[in-house]
Amino acid sequence: MSVAELEAHQLEHSASTSGLWSEARYRLIRNPGAVVGAFFVSVFVIVALLAPWIAPYGPEVQNLDLLDQGRPVGPTADHWFGIDLLGRDEFSRIVWGARYSLLIGIVSVSIGLSVGLILGGCAGYLGGWVDSTIMRVMDVMLAIPGLLFAIGIVAALQPGLWQVMLAVGVVNIPIFARLLRGSVLAQKENDFVLAARSVGVKKRRILFSHILPNSVSPLIVQGTLAMATAIIDVAALGFLGLGPQDPATPEWGTMLAKVNDYLALAPWLAIIPGVAIVVSVLGFNLIGDGLREALDPKLRSRG
Amino acid sequence: MLRYVVRRLMLLVPILLGVSILIFFWVHALPGNPASALLGERATPQLVKQYKERYGLDKPMPVQYWEYLKVTLHGDLGVSIVTRQTVVSEIKRRFPATVELALGAMIFAITFGIPLGFFAAKRYGGVFDHLSLVGSLIGISIPIFVLAIILKYFFSVRWQLLPSVGREDILSGAKHPTNFYILDAIITRNWAALWDTIQHLILPAIALGSIPLAVIMRITRASVLDVQNEDYVRTARAKGLPPRTVDRRHVMRNALLPVATIIGLQTGLLLSGAVLTETVFAWPGMGSWLAQAIFSSDYPALQGGILFLAIVFVLVNLFVDISYAIINPRIRYS
Repeated sequence: MSVAELEAHQLEHSASTSGLWSEARYRLIRNPGAVVGAFFVSVFVIVALLAPWIAPYGPEVQNLDLLDQGRPVGPTADHWFGIDLLGRDEFSRIVWGARYSLLIGIVSVSIGLSVGLILGGCAGYLGGWVDSTIMRVMDVMLAIPGLLFAIGIVAALQPGLWQVMLAVGVVNIPIFARLLRGSVLAQKENDFVLAARSVGVKKRRILFSHILPNSVSPLIVQGTLAMATAIIDVAALGFLGLGPQDPATPEWGTMLAKVNDYLALAPWLAIIPGVAIVVSVLGFNLIGDGLREALDPKLRSRG
Repeated sequence: MLRYVVRRLMLLVPILLGVSILIFFWVHALPGNPASALLGERATPQLVKQYKERYGLDKPMPVQYWEYLKVTLHGDLGVSIVTRQTVVSEIKRRFPATVELALGAMIFAITFGIPLGFFAAKRYGGVFDHLSLVGSLIGISIPIFVLAIILKYFFSVRWQLLPSVGREDILSGAKHPTNFYILDAIITRNWAALWDTIQHLILPAIALGSIPLAVIMRITRASVLDVQNEDYVRTARAKGLPPRTVDRRHVMRNALLPVATIIGLQTGLLLSGAVLTETVFAWPGMGSWLAQAIFSSDYPALQGGILFLAIVFVLVNLFVDISYAIINPRIRYS
């Protein structure tokens, strides 16, 4: 084997062992921000899943005797986060609330991602009038500021948990559609697509098994960051009073809405749900940022 | 250049038409029929009929849309159910409040964001750099209303340093010819009112400015890092210019181009997205008005207000694009 052949062999070898994903995983583990983010998100997910076992009380269990002459009580040894205005254990409500935030994030991002994926994929791959029609509609959706758009949708559907998730999901559609369209357009001109076309692979198959898999990494990054904004947006709608209408629902934003008027009386009731939102959002943002750096081919060589 | 501006203005037409169609169908999707939605449930049948005729609600949908468009283009956005005043006059009163708040927030974000981003880039990889990155990420992760509540608790409730509600003291009695209170105070030379207004503005502006601050800091940092390694910067250093001059004339001037765009886009967002801050601080702007409009089912206010803010948003973004083409000679829009 000549030296050149040897080098070529080695190159091939190293290329096959450090694929995009394994290298990304390696870079992710070495990124302290991403590790902290993963920790926050794991705690958040575990708390959400195991809420019935972690929370000492149910989210709706009310014990007016615990109130201090009708007033909420600050953190004690028995009630770590204190007692809220209606005599409920704040810690339990925060724990149960994690379930809502997780559910809300997953559902609304899934709506935005799946619809955006289909629209963006069709627009990018089919081109022509399909592309212009879809993208003009997306432009119009982007012309209305996100939170206002969501407020409008909730106003039309009536306030409630599912309506809020749907609204935040719809607001996310154009973001994913644009992202995927750009990615598909870039992939379309690649040699492997040309090769697949030349051997007669069907259009739909090219889109789903050749182009989409190569567009996954920006979608994952955007999806993670969208989880963060979805949690914020839903909490914001809850804060405005558009969330779950049953006041017993321990949704974090809704919990904050009620205490805004009692700040002097019970500041911890505002600060604790706030911190819960910040920690979960920060977790997703940190992972998203870490993923972006880990999956960016431009940054990979610097590793 | 002129051709670019004209083309962008023409592209605006289909977008605004689309927005108006969306809002038109949205009103039709609202619970109850538009007439009772717009007039309230206790409207007399005669009033409903009158309204239906006025907006042509008994005609087919495309005709109805055309009628709606004509009425809207004549500047008639209807009458608010709650205040019984025209939506246009409400906007005239409330939009200046939102503009003042958004500008205050932007001034806060720019004065801190650009220097912090610059120093982070200068100390690339150092402690300050890492702190700034973590800080900006936390800044992005704190929902505005959480930050607003925390600021309100500490500065207004606990330490009682700043007022927490409204734009001016209830007993102020200052005159407001333009509804831009700071401007009003300067015009009428009412310095007490000026101080009062500024005090009221501080907390909401900080709360609203937190996200732009984080974004501006990140972009400035990334942009300075990019520019710092350019050949012309090296040349400027090599010919012996003092570091401060290099930073000011060569690094910052070029690094601030993307920052300028971000500032513009964020301003567009702030003008429309101040719903939460305005709600926490009872700021009498567009956002708190629209939030209240939902609960009072004030559909004319919602319809007109959202349309107005969408137009403002699109126009500000257009303005940003055009000014970017002007300040960046490397980009020639053809």
